[in-house]
Amino acid sequence: MMDPQFLSAPFTGYVYPNETVFPWGVLIVVYPYLTGLVAGAFTVSSLYQVFGLKALKPVAHFAMLTALCLMIFVPSPLLLHLGHPERALNAVFTPHWSSAMAMFGYFAGFYVILLVLENWFVFRPYMVQQAQQRKGWSGKFYNLLCLGSHDVSEKAMSYDRKWIFALAVIGIPGACGLHGYVGFLFGSLKSREWWSSDMMPIIFLFSAIISGTALVIVLYVVSCLIRKVRIAEDCIKLMAYTLWGFVMFTLVMELAEFGNLVYKGREGIDTIMEFVSTRLIIPFFVLQIGVGAVTPIITLTVLFWRRTTGRFLIVGITVSAVLVLLSVLMMRFNVVIGGEEIAKTGKGLLTFPWEILHREGVLAAASVLIAPFLLLLVMIRIFPPWEDSPAAESH
Amino acid sequence: MDEKKDLDKGQCGRRDFLSRLGCAVAGGATALAAGVALAPEGQAAVAAKPNAPKIPGYDWGNHHYAFGVDATKCIGCLRCVEACKTENEVAGDAHHFRTWVERYAHVEGEDKVRIDSQADPVNIAASDSEGQYRFANRYKDVKVDKAFFVPKLCNHCTHPACVQVCPTGATYKTKDGFVVIDHTYCIGCQYCVQACPYGARFFNPVTRVTDKCTWCYHRVTKGLQPACVEVCPVGARIFGDLNDKQSSISQFVANNRVAVLKPETGNAPNVFYVGIDKDVE
Repeated sequence: MMDPQFLSAPFTGYVYPNETVFPWGVLIVVYPYLTGLVAGAFTVSSLYQVFGLKALKPVAHFAMLTALCLMIFVPSPLLLHLGHPERALNAVFTPHWSSAMAMFGYFAGFYVILLVLENWFVFRPYMVQQAQQRKGWSGKFYNLLCLGSHDVSEKAMSYDRKWIFALAVIGIPGACGLHGYVGFLFGSLKSREWWSSDMMPIIFLFSAIISGTALVIVLYVVSCLIRKVRIAEDCIKLMAYTLWGFVMFTLVMELAEFGNLVYKGREGIDTIMEFVSTRLIIPFFVLQIGVGAVTPIITLTVLFWRRTTGRFLIVGITVSAVLVLLSVLMMRFNVVIGGEEIAKTGKGLLTFPWEILHREGVLAAASVLIAPFLLLLVMIRIFPPWEDSPAAESH
Repeated sequence: MDEKKDLDKGQCGRRDFLSRLGCAVAGGATALAAGVALAPEGQAAVAAKPNAPKIPGYDWGNHHYAFGVDATKCIGCLRCVEACKTENEVAGDAHHFRTWVERYAHVEGEDKVRIDSQADPVNIAASDSEGQYRFANRYKDVKVDKAFFVPKLCNHCTHPACVQVCPTGATYKTKDGFVVIDHTYCIGCQYCVQACPYGARFFNPVTRVTDKCTWCYHRVTKGLQPACVEVCPVGARIFGDLNDKQSSISQFVANNRVAVLKPETGNAPNVFYVGIDKDVE
């Protein structure tokens, strides 16, 4: 009988009685997906800001703004999930230092501040210009955002560039930390064989980079189509190279981890193999590995090998990026939900009960996933990140 | 239940102190800065004044409690499960248990042991209620070579993984050997539910915090036995103070070759079993 307050999961074999209610649902799938997109988008931006890859200039500021919009919504799936969200700050005020999760408030807080600061420096010349040009409330708004700093002389800009560089440098280990930490959350638990892997932080980190890069590719192409401007082929090609390399590495890591698990064949492996060979075929082998990782690698390899240019190159890269985004979402799903579907008894399998309208249901998760992009739509109007905007000319 | 509240209050010293301080600074400082500045002071307060529970006539420094299960005696009557649900106001359904009983049956001609608990849909159907439990006579048509029952509950581990992962310290290990939860401080993230290898924890859908067996701390500190031990008609559940060498638990551990569940986790459980088989974990 279904209680309105919780959904119980059907099972086969033997599972502990309390396991029939899943602790974590699709919101906890969305949470690492969002942090991954942040880390990846920031990486793309840093490749320009820190490593000087000039070809990425058309997307550098856009990627930074995207990272900020996503990061603002990172806590939302967690707050929706908590039994007592009003107590969330308990973990910040009295952190329990042995808990990886206690670090979230600090990591997230640090990263939001870093992203706000870096975006402020990047868009400061634009804000100053708008504050001087615009009349009325919009002028006052930009004036307020300038925080009294209206100096855009070459000396001031040089100072700003140093800050942007420093923040981007700090942001790289920050982004790695933010997402490596998420991997540690799962990998450090010894209660579930499916999660308990030393490779988890690395896999999470690299899958974060590919998802963020893929997102920037897709958003850039879509934005160019909407704005009816030419897509910079050098830029998208460099992102595709980055994507290819990191997807390859991530795929190798994922397969190595899976191979390790199977080869070691510790207690409960029979149940895991039953899970893998039945329910995991579509979400893992077909979607995450086949469609989402192998197909983009082959597509991109063919494109590079044949030196494809123009429309075919752009369509090929964009489709590959969409597939990578799907692959990483499936990876999050297969880790979080898959791990819970394998009972801790090692002798049973549960079936995740899907919920649509519940506080932690699919609709809530989808809303959390869409919300950052609605914010981005607003933000690009306030802070145009395009190469042809004044903000880009000064950096 | 009063002692339970007393325990919560007693244990809350550090957090009360912090929350008062937190309220005082919240208006002025940023949340992040306050969190960093306050934590060391909070820990200093703990060192200065140990948070012993305010229970008359009870000193938690004098006890080291442990639990024993003699599976050879268990008859699967499930009075323990029902007593626990009543005593601790656990939701009367088939998905939330502070304690449960597993049945292991080796059927002739089968390699794999058959395992079920009172929460199995077949057994729930047999009792015709999610609030009253019994084991259905489901093996009446087959030849059973070997069968036995195993009561399960929180192991109140010496190195509890649940306590390690709790982001707020709402769940903690007491000096007298219990792992308890401050229900007024838990944020309901359920990380501890994930971390427990024994499936002993669950999310209480009514209070919206994590819940689990406390070995009836509120009874024990009054000199009573846990409810499940009290009602067991065959003495399969043994509880007592290991500091007292004459206690039933001390005798149980001393006179038997006891085992613990999943020792490889390093959690060092404090529920000691006699008469379990290789399949039990």
